Amino acid sequence: MDLNMDLNAPHSMGTTIIGVTYNGGVVLGADSRTSTGMYVANRASDKITQLTDNVYVCRSGSAADSQLVSDYVRYFLHQHTIQLGQPATVKVAANLIRLLSYNNKNMLETGLIVGGWDKYEGGKIYGIPLGGTLIEQPFSIGGSGSSYLYGFFDQAWKEGMTKDEAEQLVVKAVSLAIARDGASGGVVRTVVINSEGVTRNFYPGDKLQLWHEELEPQNSLLDILNSPSPEPMNI
Amino acid sequence: MDFMASKQPENSLLGPEADSQRTLYPYVTGTSVVALKYKDGILMAADMGGSYGSTLRYKNVERMKAIGKHSLLGASGEISDFQEILRYLDDLILYDNMWDDGNSLGPKEVHNYLTRVMYNRRNKFNPLWNSLVLGGIKNGQKYLGTVSMIGVNFEDDHVATGFGNHLARPILRQEWHENLSFEDGVKLLEKCMRVLLYRDRSAINKLQIAKITEEGMTISQPYSLKTYWEFSAFENPTQGAVGSW
Repeated sequence: MDLNMDLNAPHSMGTTIIGVTYNGGVVLGADSRTSTGMYVANRASDKITQLTDNVYVCRSGSAADSQLVSDYVRYFLHQHTIQLGQPATVKVAANLIRLLSYNNKNMLETGLIVGGWDKYEGGKIYGIPLGGTLIEQPFSIGGSGSSYLYGFFDQAWKEGMTKDEAEQLVVKAVSLAIARDGASGGVVRTVVINSEGVTRNFYPGDKLQLWHEELEPQNSLLDILNSPSPEPMNI
Repeated sequence: MDFMASKQPENSLLGPEADSQRTLYPYVTGTSVVALKYKDGILMAADMGGSYGSTLRYKNVERMKAIGKHSLLGASGEISDFQEILRYLDDLILYDNMWDDGNSLGPKEVHNYLTRVMYNRRNKFNPLWNSLVLGGIKNGQKYLGTVSMIGVNFEDDHVATGFGNHLARPILRQEWHENLSFEDGVKLLEKCMRVLLYRDRSAINKLQIAKITEEGMTISQPYSLKTYWEFSAFENPTQGAVGSW
């Protein structure tokens, strides 16, 4: 047990997760890599988990901790919805997550982004980092991959985007994070939530835009060699 | 720290976080709060930053809140613990209001309550990781106090937390005087906040100033301070000594 923790270095968490509000709802996004040390245990995980019909949560950090917290909150929200007689609000869902995160802060290692739509407040995003702070934001980023996105969002985020603009922003951002973060990878999943309902989207890794020093994927070297205008080999 | 023996067996896979009897460490933190007494009440300033280690992660955190009718609480340290303290105070004020007896908790009483909470948590080795500033005015009596995460508490004409103690208090000791006007008070706080902005790595240039008087509490909109960089010595520092900084 290392008692001399560097107080300025928080735990890094495998994953990139994003939640963004737009004019009419929210878009949640995440990568799909679950790692155990250096091994990729699941290359197509679904980190955007349903809590209710209108509220979803992006999970990062310990897979076990985030799954259990989500399961408990889904259970509580189910009962709450029955008692209330109408859909739960995003704020209530976020506060339940916060309650578990804060009161078990010694044992849990999970950062969550709650996003959804309700008839009172419209689309809302709540970030709940390590420690259990609850913070409502127009957009939120989390996970180890998010380190590479602070500058990107400072520049690219704007208020009042359309649904398509917001989703494209999220896909681009997760894709950029995957390019640089070893703990993020696989496919980009998005979930769009608005008054009309929920839409899940899937962007496979090989269909994403190429970034710096990334090359167009090929089936084989042989295709390059045999093609009419062969590419010169880069040294 | 060998005397704080863990209850876990040596071959346990659980890390130090699992032993809930140990002192924790903070995750999302706020930096300095500075406050002073002035003619009509208390002025308090804090920036809107929530740092995550060395990353300036959140830039819209309100670290000062009104408590009841007469008090203003500012906090530095772990934001989740500050949010929990606000919940405790909500219960306290609600209970006080439900008596409906015309009496209401003043800043002195709230400060005392916070001191007891912080000190008792410290005694259980499970502190709320905050430094608090509690200011207010009731029946013409101004009050300004502070409590730390280990329960140290005192009141003074001007207080600060964290870096503010080292950078702002000396300025206040020189320039504070009884019956400052609102304008002079604000200028003095801004002088302190500017120095903190220059010299505190976790400070951000987005702050609020809160005022509490007999009439009530107001908190300014978020704003930024101008900074000065045009010293000739800054422009070419290595001119006279190549290779230096």
